[in-house]
Amino acid sequence: MTVKAGKKYDAGVKDYRSTYWEPEYSVRETDILAVFKVIPQDGVPREEAAAAVAAESSTGTWTTVWTDLLTDLDHYKGRAYRIEDVPGQDDAFYAFVAYPADLFEEGSVVNVMTSIVGNVFGFKAVRSLRLEDIRFPIWFVKGCFGPPHGIQVERDKMDKYGRPLLGCTIKPKLGLSAKNYGRAVYEVLRGGLDFSKDDENVNSQPFMRWRDRFLFCQEAIVKSEAETGERKGHYLNVTAGTVEEMYKRAEFAKEIGSPIIMSDYLTMGWAAHNSLSKWCRDNGMLLHVHRAMHAVMDRNPNHGINFRVLTKILRLLGGDHLHSGTVVGKLEGDRNATLGWINLMRDKFIKEDRSMGVFFDQDWGSMPGVFPVASGGIHVWHMPALVSIFGNDSVLQFGGGTLGHPWGNAAGAAANRVALEACVQARNEGRELEREGKDILIKAAKHSPELKVAMETWKEIKFEFDTVDKLDVQHR
Amino acid sequence: MSTIQDYPSRLSDPASRKMETFSYLPEMTKEQMRKQIEWIVKNGWNPAIEHTEPENARGYYWYMWKLPMFGETDVDAILAELEQCHNANPRHHVRLLGYDNFSQSQGANMVVYRGKNV
Repeated sequence: MTVKAGKKYDAGVKDYRSTYWEPEYSVRETDILAVFKVIPQDGVPREEAAAAVAAESSTGTWTTVWTDLLTDLDHYKGRAYRIEDVPGQDDAFYAFVAYPADLFEEGSVVNVMTSIVGNVFGFKAVRSLRLEDIRFPIWFVKGCFGPPHGIQVERDKMDKYGRPLLGCTIKPKLGLSAKNYGRAVYEVLRGGLDFSKDDENVNSQPFMRWRDRFLFCQEAIVKSEAETGERKGHYLNVTAGTVEEMYKRAEFAKEIGSPIIMSDYLTMGWAAHNSLSKWCRDNGMLLHVHRAMHAVMDRNPNHGINFRVLTKILRLLGGDHLHSGTVVGKLEGDRNATLGWINLMRDKFIKEDRSMGVFFDQDWGSMPGVFPVASGGIHVWHMPALVSIFGNDSVLQFGGGTLGHPWGNAAGAAANRVALEACVQARNEGRELEREGKDILIKAAKHSPELKVAMETWKEIKFEFDTVDKLDVQHR
Repeated sequence: MSTIQDYPSRLSDPASRKMETFSYLPEMTKEQMRKQIEWIVKNGWNPAIEHTEPENARGYYWYMWKLPMFGETDVDAILAELEQCHNANPRHHVRLLGYDNFSQSQGANMVVYRGKNV
């Protein structure tokens, strides 16, 4: 139904569905599409709840206003166009909403998300609401900045090919002096890692101010590069309380020759992160992205934002690495769901695939890919599974699994590097890593006492808890 | 402490220098080389060979041996080319690349002959 000029103003409250539920609507290539998991309040029909979500996340408000008639609302309104059952969950349904291009500012992820996950998430007619996926049309993708360098350029800059990259987060998370911290960095890098990493909450505390940390870490990089002949980096965390401070730290990292810095894109804010990402491209600096606070938004299966949406947002905002979950370690992560967002980080075109939780085709055009980072509670015994799950274009990070080696960090690093290369070599030879992993590692350990000791140390450690945020599948 | 082993990498010892992928594993046998070449061919990558004096291995660019072997899928021919490069430069590191022209990157890059460190 098209609103024509001359329509009478009729004050009052109308059903949302009379305006915002359009099951006959055919989706346009230029629309931004979103799918929400909705649990409505008792007695609210699905169509009404879906229409309310579409309305409240676009043009609508709770009552008719006369100024509606000064514009062509049909041109601007979001529309709920489809409703689907959620497999295995009777009280919930999926609502698909199409938003026209003209609702949004070009190049502003902040603007899109302020609309789509704005007030609507506190709306009373729905008991809970979760943004499961979002399709960004190519016009929007092209208007965004994307990763400062991307996977191919990072490989070229770091001169590393044909294998996953290897990293390590320095522990303890907090409390080391800058000089002792630099020692830990030097040891893991000389042992064979490509990168070491600041923990997310390492910023500039009294026990270790940022400038001291940067300088000691840089010496560790320079010396370990000379010693091993390979290129190294340490993710210097420039996350700070103000953007001015963030830039100051980033500039200093560049001045001393660091190849990579890091930020936390959720706690720092998307606008700040987007600016930093642009700075990184302008200044030839790789950008590692951590995701502190993500589980607040993405872990509850009924309310919040699925991580696949946060993944797409980061690729648009820009980052060269993004933590993805490990599938096998100590932190949450459903295997297929994780594979789904790993593909969304790296590939040019991702097809709709409900078995991976991907609801829409997503075309990234020429936007570079992001390295997924597997980090958290992993050790050498996980290596075969990690190489198999993540493939070459990934960063595998062993924190405790490097630093906890009985002979120290360098030996721990060497153990992981040998295990990684043995797995890559075996995979290339056509062997099945997840089935033959044990044999492959045992054979590799014959030439590496460091690996042998690591394997003995972590033989029994497993993290077998059930995942909370699982893909929605039929349980009956 | 006696059970703890030292990690003996040294600035002063050229043998501590590594050469990226597979340089932490024992040098490949002919049979292992063949399997890695098969992997490159199977992926549709273009094999290429580079070499360098070990003391100059840190730069991005090594000497290119002839031209990349575009479209070459004969594993024996690639092996023979590697050997030829090695025989002509016996003191050099020799590495095998697989150019992936779709990703505009290298799908593989590994040292197959290790030069004598000075």
